[in-house]
Amino acid sequence: MKRTQLTQFSTLAAVLLLIAGCTSSSSSTDTKAASDAPALPNIAAATSLGDGEGALNIVVWAGYAENGSTDKNVDWVTPFEKASGCKVNVKVGNTSDEMVTLMKTGQYDGVSASGDATLRLIYGGDVAPVNTDLVPNYATVSDFLKNQQWNSAGGKMYGIPHGWGANVLAYTDGTVAAPTSWGAVFDTNSPYKGKVTAYDSPIYIADAALYLMKTKPELKITNPYALDDAQFQAAVDLLKAQKPIIGEYWSDYTKAVQSFESGNTVIGTSWQVIVNLVNGGKKAKVNSIVPSEGSTGWSDTWMISSKAQHPNCMYKWMDHIISPSANAQVAEWFGEAPSQTASCGMTADKNFCATYHATDAAYASQIHYWTTPTKACLDGRGSICKDYAAWTQAWTEIKG
Amino acid sequence: MYFSNRSKFLLKIISTVVFAFLYIPLLVILVNSFNTSKTFAWPPAGFTTSWWGKAIENDGVRAALLTSVKAGLGAMSISLLLGSMVAFAVARYQFFGREAISLLVVLPIALPGIITGIALNSAFRTTLEPLGIPFGLLTVIIGHATFCIVVVYNNVLARLKRVGKNLEEASADLGAGNWQTFRYVTFPSIRSALAAGALLAFALSFDEIVVTTFTSGAGIQTLPQWIFDNLFRPNQAPIINVVAAMLIALFALPVWLSQRLSEGAGSGRI
Amino acid sequence: MNSQLTSQFTSPRELRVSSWLHRHEKSRLAVLLSAPLFWLVVAYLGSLFSMFISAFWSVDSFTGSLVKTFTWDNFHTLITADVYRRIALRSISVAFLVTLIDALLALPIALYMAKVLSPRKRQVLVVLLLLPLWASYLVKAYAWRTLLAHGGVLDWLLHPFGLGTPGYGLAATTIVLCYLWLPYMILPIYAGLERLPNSLLEASSDLGAGGGRTFKSIVLPLLYPSLIAGSIFTFSLSLGDYITVKIVGGKTQLFANVIYDNVGTAGNLPFAAAAAMVPVITVLGYLYMVRRTGALENL
Repeated sequence: MKRTQLTQFSTLAAVLLLIAGCTSSSSSTDTKAASDAPALPNIAAATSLGDGEGALNIVVWAGYAENGSTDKNVDWVTPFEKASGCKVNVKVGNTSDEMVTLMKTGQYDGVSASGDATLRLIYGGDVAPVNTDLVPNYATVSDFLKNQQWNSAGGKMYGIPHGWGANVLAYTDGTVAAPTSWGAVFDTNSPYKGKVTAYDSPIYIADAALYLMKTKPELKITNPYALDDAQFQAAVDLLKAQKPIIGEYWSDYTKAVQSFESGNTVIGTSWQVIVNLVNGGKKAKVNSIVPSEGSTGWSDTWMISSKAQHPNCMYKWMDHIISPSANAQVAEWFGEAPSQTASCGMTADKNFCATYHATDAAYASQIHYWTTPTKACLDGRGSICKDYAAWTQAWTEIKG
Repeated sequence: MYFSNRSKFLLKIISTVVFAFLYIPLLVILVNSFNTSKTFAWPPAGFTTSWWGKAIENDGVRAALLTSVKAGLGAMSISLLLGSMVAFAVARYQFFGREAISLLVVLPIALPGIITGIALNSAFRTTLEPLGIPFGLLTVIIGHATFCIVVVYNNVLARLKRVGKNLEEASADLGAGNWQTFRYVTFPSIRSALAAGALLAFALSFDEIVVTTFTSGAGIQTLPQWIFDNLFRPNQAPIINVVAAMLIALFALPVWLSQRLSEGAGSGRI
Repeated sequence: MNSQLTSQFTSPRELRVSSWLHRHEKSRLAVLLSAPLFWLVVAYLGSLFSMFISAFWSVDSFTGSLVKTFTWDNFHTLITADVYRRIALRSISVAFLVTLIDALLALPIALYMAKVLSPRKRQVLVVLLLLPLWASYLVKAYAWRTLLAHGGVLDWLLHPFGLGTPGYGLAATTIVLCYLWLPYMILPIYAGLERLPNSLLEASSDLGAGGGRTFKSIVLPLLYPSLIAGSIFTFSLSLGDYITVKIVGGKTQLFANVIYDNVGTAGNLPFAAAAAMVPVITVLGYLYMVRRTGALENL
């Protein structure tokens, strides 16, 4: 009995190894040596547009492509479908990483990518440059969003700016003495120990780097996303020291709002839309500031897949989503600043653009937008920086 | 009998406490479905029925429910077929590798969903996609069926072992063909086991999110995915509480019926 | 089993049956097994193993494309950095604790249902047990957030007893996982108890054994396969969970988070695949240990 079982197991194992061998040898298609200074894939932008292909598959942040199925009054997809004849299939990506993975499958025509995904997509050859002349509404997009590090390469725009926001420092009014610096969340003797929150993602390491950039000039950090060994270690150490005063890390905003409302959290990094939701619920009053060091933030970009099966529909969509009315709707629904300057007159809340500093170039200049950390330093120091895989492993280590 | 009154009483108390443990969170869900707070803050900020209204007229949740039901039925059908085939083979035949089969069938549910998910995701990408089969309902069904086979297999196998093959042999002896024997002898004796397995398979598929995350594609959103998205950008997160409350009400009857069915033909009759 | 059956075949009629079966056995067996085995071995195990092959690859640090050259790097990182060992131990402990608590909670309730209640009440309780499974897992986890918050429902309920919520963290995660998987433990134990003939318990008490003695000497040994079956569910579901800990875990993380965080991250599939080896080996080891109990067929 024992022997037959052993034979069975080993036969099974042999079969499996055989299968594994077959799959691995047959799938070695994109064997590519790792290189420090990646070349920009040579992909041409479209030169002219034809008729829509009748369908469009996009990867979006939840809330970026609403078709009335969530709320009958929230719908900028149906008008697009009617006008363009492109049936829109939406796939919600929950994290930037997931979006990159989805785009790599080549099943999608486009994506609303954040800055921590864009460069990976550009250099991975997953997205194509955009001919902005084919997107008429691009002309009135805020200038400070055009040709930036996170949405262009080699002098070409790789997408259309959608909207942006800052990772603000939020604190409960009355409970917390008004802070002016991110030092309030890094103070290991914080009076709010156990009630501090932080964003649960490797990209949060940049928040620590930004703080060090101003408080530890000897580290010579010039860009919180370009960190060499010593700088990176300092940021990681800061976050490890911060961990004891953290109550919880947050990543979805139901959780973030609940924490502020219940008083489990009284201070920490947050988004304006979370602050608005908390204040709207009237359980707690929360203030938000961009501290003296500036802050990190996001700027999302619509990008077109290099393997798009419906490129014309994607171009039509990119123009639609930054049209004044649609961009105003999506910005208000999601809770971020619209990229379209002409949107400010069309928001339901007339103070919306003011609350979010939508056209305030000075405010925007304090923000260091999420960018993918790469081995080739973004500040041009060479190939001495930590890449995102290292950031991810460090984040695991910080949480312990 | 064999339980003293004291131990009966003790068992009753513990059972009551455990059932309270199971139902208090459900009660919280029900209360929160009437909570005015957008993020269901406690204690409830006020009473409203607006979430129920919004849930009822919400197209997204209906579409997602339909997708989940389709995926559940698909996974259930495949696992019914494959699960009972393996169960028959194991219960009625001797063959090399028979002992390894149970391990093989149990593996997809015993290994964490994230591993099944990642493995299937990369396999689909290298095999199905080049054939022009995109990620979608089909891939979700394949993923779910993989870990649902085991519940059908176990239910049917246990039943087949209990009923033995005497009746089938008698049927064959009396001149019944293969099909007749299956139709009139085998099937009736395993019917309730199939029902129990089917219900569990459907339930497993219906509430699955991890494997689903890795196997679904554009335009496909199962109910758990819809719920997840609504938690991420909660402009109206409270309707997830309504949905959960509705699901319990919706499935109370089928669960009750299937329970009646499996009890009816259950223990010791054959 | 086989020898038992063949020894029964004595009459000519039975021989006829067996020879008939014998003639058709091979082809019928092939029909029965081909589709399921294709599915499970080729599709499932095939994808599993091709994933593990990728554990020996790496990822281009910039584009995120797979570099398909053999390397031990992923395993080296996994073994040398003690953070992974710490998280793995934490995860296995949580999974073990959840299994233990669920077994302790499930035994009395299953016993009560199967051996004390009337068949009619029993049916009602089984339905009540199955119903919570239909309220989405995510919704239940978020309900626990409300319960566990400081000043939340649990604080309010437990205050009269001088207790309070443990707050968000590892304890909260354990509680919620216990809650989520409890029905998966109760059901197999209940089914096992139902199969246990009452006459056996009566004989035991007739012979003078008390409730405790009967439970220890008769019920528990016969229930062992069902307990193991339930534990496979609770143990591996806990080991694979990365969402509950995100919701109520405060600042802690479990091993499934390591896998999840890496698989998305620049598509670091190789490292995730290497990390996935940890739960796979744990679960396979567990299955290997319990395979003789017949538990695999009791799920």
